Amino acid sequence: MLWISLKRIFKSGFINFWRNSIVAIASILVLTVTLFVIGSLILGTAFLNRTLENIQERVDISVSFRADAPERTILDLKSSLELLPEVRDVTYSSRDQELKAFKERHKDNALLMQSIDEVGNPFGARLSILANDPSQYEAIARFLNNYESESPNQQAIIDQISFKKDIVDKMVSIIGTSRKIGLAISILLILMSVLVTFNTVSLAIYSSREEISVMRLVGATNFYIRGPFVIEGMISGMIASFIALILLYPSTIWIKNATASVYGGVNLVSFYVTNFGQIFLVLLVSGILLGLVSSYLAIRRYLRV
Amino acid sequence: MIYFDKVSKIYFDNSVALEDINLSIEPQEFVSIVGHSGAGKSTLLKMILAEEKPTHGNVFFESTNIHALDKRLIHNLRRRIGSVFQDFRLLPNKTAFENIAFTMEAAGRFDEEIESDVPHVLELVGLEKKMWHFPFELSGGERQRVAIARAIVNQPDLLIADEPTGNLDPINTFEIIQIFKKINDIGTTVILTTHNKGVIDSLGRRVVTLENGRLVRDDKEGRYAL
Repeated sequence: MLWISLKRIFKSGFINFWRNSIVAIASILVLTVTLFVIGSLILGTAFLNRTLENIQERVDISVSFRADAPERTILDLKSSLELLPEVRDVTYSSRDQELKAFKERHKDNALLMQSIDEVGNPFGARLSILANDPSQYEAIARFLNNYESESPNQQAIIDQISFKKDIVDKMVSIIGTSRKIGLAISILLILMSVLVTFNTVSLAIYSSREEISVMRLVGATNFYIRGPFVIEGMISGMIASFIALILLYPSTIWIKNATASVYGGVNLVSFYVTNFGQIFLVLLVSGILLGLVSSYLAIRRYLRV
Repeated sequence: MIYFDKVSKIYFDNSVALEDINLSIEPQEFVSIVGHSGAGKSTLLKMILAEEKPTHGNVFFESTNIHALDKRLIHNLRRRIGSVFQDFRLLPNKTAFENIAFTMEAAGRFDEEIESDVPHVLELVGLEKKMWHFPFELSGGERQRVAIARAIVNQPDLLIADEPTGNLDPINTFEIIQIFKKINDIGTTVILTTHNKGVIDSLGRRVVTLENGRLVRDDKEGRYAL
């Protein structure tokens, strides 16, 4: 009995979807917008995280050593830095490498080149230290300061520790705030689009209210009346999720091109492609759920006859 | 079969639709309810279908108090009553066949029964050739025939028809009334509301007259007297 009902509900859900195609298209459009917003937010979060990571990688502590500092001591310092839990990476650049990099940077400046050749190599070696988290730079800077003062028998080797505390502090707070704002905007946008979807589906079902009361009067149960509408909603949600998924692809390409000059391009295209399965699942499930829940709720008030 | 026991219906604005109605309808009767517009004919029928609730009094279908029924069980009552309306109330997105099949499906009948019964009732109302037409492709008279076929396909104990001929021309009216007579002859109780004098006079059956919500006449072989 239940099996026959379910079979009939599915069948008439599909038939109604087909015959009410104009109403169905309206629901699909609104559902597509909602799902597109959800998809964009997934990509937006990825975009934000990548950008922040990019910026983080550019902030480091740079320690320049005196030109006469022995390489051995510097490499000792490097290995003890690498043992610190806060440190993600330490890069060593020798005096020669520094000179080479300088020459590369200023190869168009003949005067500078000439004077460098006369003076010899004025540069000391350099260590670039990358922390796991921007808030840890301060601890690393403290470590470096102590390192020299705690070994007084050694000659001073550090020329300068360049670490822009203000910028790092500001960045830490910017990252924190942008995460919070991003979350708030996401919740707001999703809420808004879900409400719009509910309204559209309500209107679509409003146009069938006469039919619903007739079905009640000829003795159909609420379950049997509601079923096809819920199936219709689920089909709309499914189709909308496919459309949203297709629309997201060109958007990622557009974002990639638009941001190319700013951060060297945030590659959302590859993010989209590698996480395609997950994005697809999220959109499909939320599409079907949205269609189901909104038609289920919308039909409730017409079942009172 | 149907008993109205001191039934009154008063709307929120204190307008009285029905006042102290006592009426009993026996099985296999053919009862016409007449009265001017607003006399309370439709309200009376809506109460049998549990579409409206009386303010005072009770309505019984056999021994069941209709308005004491749980909302979730009303469909069981409605499946025993076939209903026909002035505005046909067909499902616009379904063909004639599907409209009739819907009532059977909703009542949980098997596909084989549906396949054999639907063409049979359509033949009974003379529409077997328009089985696959949608309501908008049918004339008023044809739509009402589909509605009647839908009302009788589950072999109800009672058929109620609210101004079924109100939107039809005289020839269609005559034919529809002939169908009702046929349905009554095979043992179905029929309750009909109308303000068509010709219909009442040609029937020569029981006539109940309502005026301003009150039952003013109840004649065994009545004529239209308003």
